[in-house]
Amino acid sequence: MCKKSSSSQKLRAMSSAATTSPSVDKVDGFSRKSVRKAKQKRSQSSSQFRSQGKPIELTPLPLLKDVPAPEQPELFLKKLQQCCTVFDFMDTLSDLKMKEYKRSTLNELVDYVTVSRGYLTEQAYPEVVKMVSHNIFRTLPPSDSNEFDPEEDEPTLEASWPHLQLVYEFFIRFLESQEFQPSIAKKYIDQKFVLQLLELFDSEDPRERDYLKTVLHRIYGKFLGLRAFIRKQINNIFLRFVYETEHFNGVAELLEILGSIINGFALPLKAEHKQFLVKVLIPLHTVRSLSLFHAQLAYCIVQFLEKDPTLTEPVIRGLLKFWPKTCSQKEVMFLGELEEILDVIEPTQFVKIQEPLFKQISRCVSSPHFQVAERALYYWNNEYIMSLIEENSSVILPIMFASLYRISKEHWNPAIVALVYNVLKAFMEMNSTLFDELTATYKSDRQREKKKEKEREELWKKLEDLELKRGLRSDGIIPT
Amino acid sequence: MAGADGDDSLYPIAVLIDELRNEDVQLRLNSIKKLSTIALALGVERTRTELLPFLTDTIYDEDEVLLALAEQLGNFTMLVGGPEYVHCLLPPLESLATVEETVVRDKAVESLRKISQEHSPVDLEVHFEPLVKRLASGDWFTSRTSACGLFSVCYPRVSSTVKAEIRQHFRTLCSDDTPMVRRAAASKLGEFAKVLELDYVKSDIISLFTALASDEQDSVRLLAVEACVSIATLLPQEDLETLVMPTLRQAAEDKSWRVRYMVADKFSELQKAVGPEITKNDLVPAFQNLLKDCEAEVRAAAANKVKEFCENLPEDNREQIIMTHILPCVKELVSDTNQHVKSALASVIMGLSTILGKDNTIEHLLPLFLAQLKDECPEVRLNIISNLDCVNEVIGIRQLSQSLLPAIVELAEDAKWRVRLAIIEYMPLLAGQLGVEFFDEKLNTLCMAWLIDHVYAIREAATCNLMKLVEKFGAEWAQNTIVPKVLGMANDPNYLHRMTTLFCINVIVHCCGYPYREITTKQMLPVVLKMSNDQVANVRFNVAKSLQKIGPVLDSNALQTEVKPVLEKLASDTDMDVKYFAQEAISVLALA
Repeated sequence: MCKKSSSSQKLRAMSSAATTSPSVDKVDGFSRKSVRKAKQKRSQSSSQFRSQGKPIELTPLPLLKDVPAPEQPELFLKKLQQCCTVFDFMDTLSDLKMKEYKRSTLNELVDYVTVSRGYLTEQAYPEVVKMVSHNIFRTLPPSDSNEFDPEEDEPTLEASWPHLQLVYEFFIRFLESQEFQPSIAKKYIDQKFVLQLLELFDSEDPRERDYLKTVLHRIYGKFLGLRAFIRKQINNIFLRFVYETEHFNGVAELLEILGSIINGFALPLKAEHKQFLVKVLIPLHTVRSLSLFHAQLAYCIVQFLEKDPTLTEPVIRGLLKFWPKTCSQKEVMFLGELEEILDVIEPTQFVKIQEPLFKQISRCVSSPHFQVAERALYYWNNEYIMSLIEENSSVILPIMFASLYRISKEHWNPAIVALVYNVLKAFMEMNSTLFDELTATYKSDRQREKKKEKEREELWKKLEDLELKRGLRSDGIIPT
Repeated sequence: MAGADGDDSLYPIAVLIDELRNEDVQLRLNSIKKLSTIALALGVERTRTELLPFLTDTIYDEDEVLLALAEQLGNFTMLVGGPEYVHCLLPPLESLATVEETVVRDKAVESLRKISQEHSPVDLEVHFEPLVKRLASGDWFTSRTSACGLFSVCYPRVSSTVKAEIRQHFRTLCSDDTPMVRRAAASKLGEFAKVLELDYVKSDIISLFTALASDEQDSVRLLAVEACVSIATLLPQEDLETLVMPTLRQAAEDKSWRVRYMVADKFSELQKAVGPEITKNDLVPAFQNLLKDCEAEVRAAAANKVKEFCENLPEDNREQIIMTHILPCVKELVSDTNQHVKSALASVIMGLSTILGKDNTIEHLLPLFLAQLKDECPEVRLNIISNLDCVNEVIGIRQLSQSLLPAIVELAEDAKWRVRLAIIEYMPLLAGQLGVEFFDEKLNTLCMAWLIDHVYAIREAATCNLMKLVEKFGAEWAQNTIVPKVLGMANDPNYLHRMTTLFCINVIVHCCGYPYREITTKQMLPVVLKMSNDQVANVRFNVAKSLQKIGPVLDSNALQTEVKPVLEKLASDTDMDVKYFAQEAISVLALA
């Protein structure tokens, strides 16, 4: 079960994680992870009680094309019923013949719904939904480890994919079929169905999540009555992901769907949508695994702002609130997203948030991590941002000046120092009077800051003395 | 505020509030952490009238600051003037209990729970309970989640009308349409049941429990399992069968492995809560199923409980149940496909021997122990070895020695140094149980081999191991078995091994001490002194360090004539560190 299929996997196993393969065990470095990895199974099956050992028998049915047209709907139903039988794919030897039979039947069904006309009788709807439910709805198995790192580790693939893929394929063709009538289907594709579908987005298998994305998108498009429910359940998934578990594999896929949903929101935006932006999308930035879905998330945010520019201020304030303090990688992502936002910002909105925004940018510019500093300094290569800065240089320059001035002298990285010189030069050209003023007062400003700092310290010292005194006066009881 | 008025005027609230608003988050955080100091400076009245309103109205901050604030306010009762005024703390805590960040909210709830105790019954109804109600009917899920944790603290101390309201609110939250709130309610269900009157437990709690345990989300259902323990404890035995067992049975066979895992994980508690009769009829088969579950996670959780479960079986037919129902499953787990399952089992399986007694252990368990000792996974073997003492009491370790030895040898040479480290830690225990002869014959070479391991942590542990062995077997044994080998390494071409000699000498001297001055002076000292000429500076300064340790054991003659010249020579070494440690030794031994 330990087979590694592609050569790139092999390469990675050898280069980055020497401890993972038993053959290089001589190298020390023993962690639970390495042990698990060595034994890691590459595929897994759904977690359900399996019928033990009994071979499954399905009676082969004639091909749909071989029977006269009037009999086809009946046969179609029978085939759907047969395909409700689920096989155990972890046992690679059992029921081989029947597995193959089901595979070819599913293939036939896929073709049938794609090309046939008049196949979709009202009786077919419940049977289709039943067949799909029987196959795709299952409790996902435990993730192979808590330390599963989606960026590093290979995902565990679904063992029953040969059948599952065809079922998804069939379902999508069914939903997209010209004969498909949502008014009949809504009796069967209901809230409970959607809820189970959403749970499957946690699947580790990216192929499955990809199909799910299409399925959910179709359902959202065709079932108006389910839209609010779907959005709400996605909300719940995200909130749980952010505040409870930090684990959900399908965040990127759900965000991708949301991206196109947001695109279609009517104006003015409903309060519900704004709440979703501020209370769900913004907090998603705090999650450790942000890099896995950041592109999709940033896309959603920008979509919102293009719809309604007045949301700029809460969004930027939100980002500033959750600004990463210890993770430089994330900081670079935040800076990237912020630039995307600034690209579409309206000048009136810019004025509202420029102060807190540039205080943060000033901190980034002076980050000892050169990638962070560099990413922030790149803003000055963006013509639109430059024009905004220029218009507001009297506010922004004083905020930025101290950091720029200091790192132009102190930063360890010569590339950063060079970039800073350019920025300083740009500022000088923008507003030379203010620039000279700031240069002149730089020293005295620093001294004033130091003095203030000293005053603070003294204040706290006095306060602590007081606490000590009162504490001494009465054993912990505060005198009144 | 006699005597303090003057102080107060020094600290206008504006200055203090400035501190709480400082631009630097770190400084703001520091100020919030010293909020009590600020309150103290303001005095109780101004804290109530100025500081708390400020905190309530203007706090929009980073979660870290809010967390600190939520914590501080839980200890503020005296700073606002004692229990009489404690309700002043409710407004800021109420808004903290509605924020998104879970840790902040939880802390706010914790503080609210704490200060609820300081409310008088009247204040509780006038101030606290309305707050709980407001939270329970809040728009956003966060406030409703927080409310779940507050019902149980006020319920016991309010009037029966208010009690009825609280029960109603709890019921509503249990069927809230956001799963987050249902999870919060489910996780507090047990706690809430404990403060309810028994009649209401039967009428209210059971229906809520049943509903939550069949929730559409498994994350809710699994929390109901936890509540099951508390609820079962509260009910009289005769009601368990009808009120609790149907739900518990259903949970043990839930389609989600997470729920089954929870049942396995709580199995001992459940067993105690439902009593021996139900255990015999229901839990034994349920436990068998969990041990055979299709998910390894569940099997491992159940395997972990094997010993406890067996221990707690009713004594009258414990042995029979174990032998006919549990042991067959255990046997299968020994050859499970998943190493975590085997490893979980290995950590408890030895405990069964005390329960089953000598004959059964030899006949049934011993083969299992032996199989696990040969398991391919080192963790499994280690877990067996680390629990050898249990078996030793019942059948004596000798029964195992045939298989034990190869297992130990293999672990001792495992490619992973942490495995080697783990086995070294069990050496003193093994040595004690196997006796000195067996040890000398079979294990001594291993212990010596670790001293020249290529990983420092292993050499260090091996040195420490020597000390424990010497403590166990005595100085004479050390003199005959250990010392010659250790001293032999002084001439090793590898300086790391030469240093190991010094480290070993340090610990042996420490153990043998003064009464065995002979060994030290006659055998070890000359070697150490000779090593002072080593070409590697690290060896030389370790000589200085060793001499410092050996010194106190030596007589003054040896010190003056032998040690002192060497240290003086080292004190004028070209290497800085050598000089330093030589001088240190000279001053400690007072040879200057």
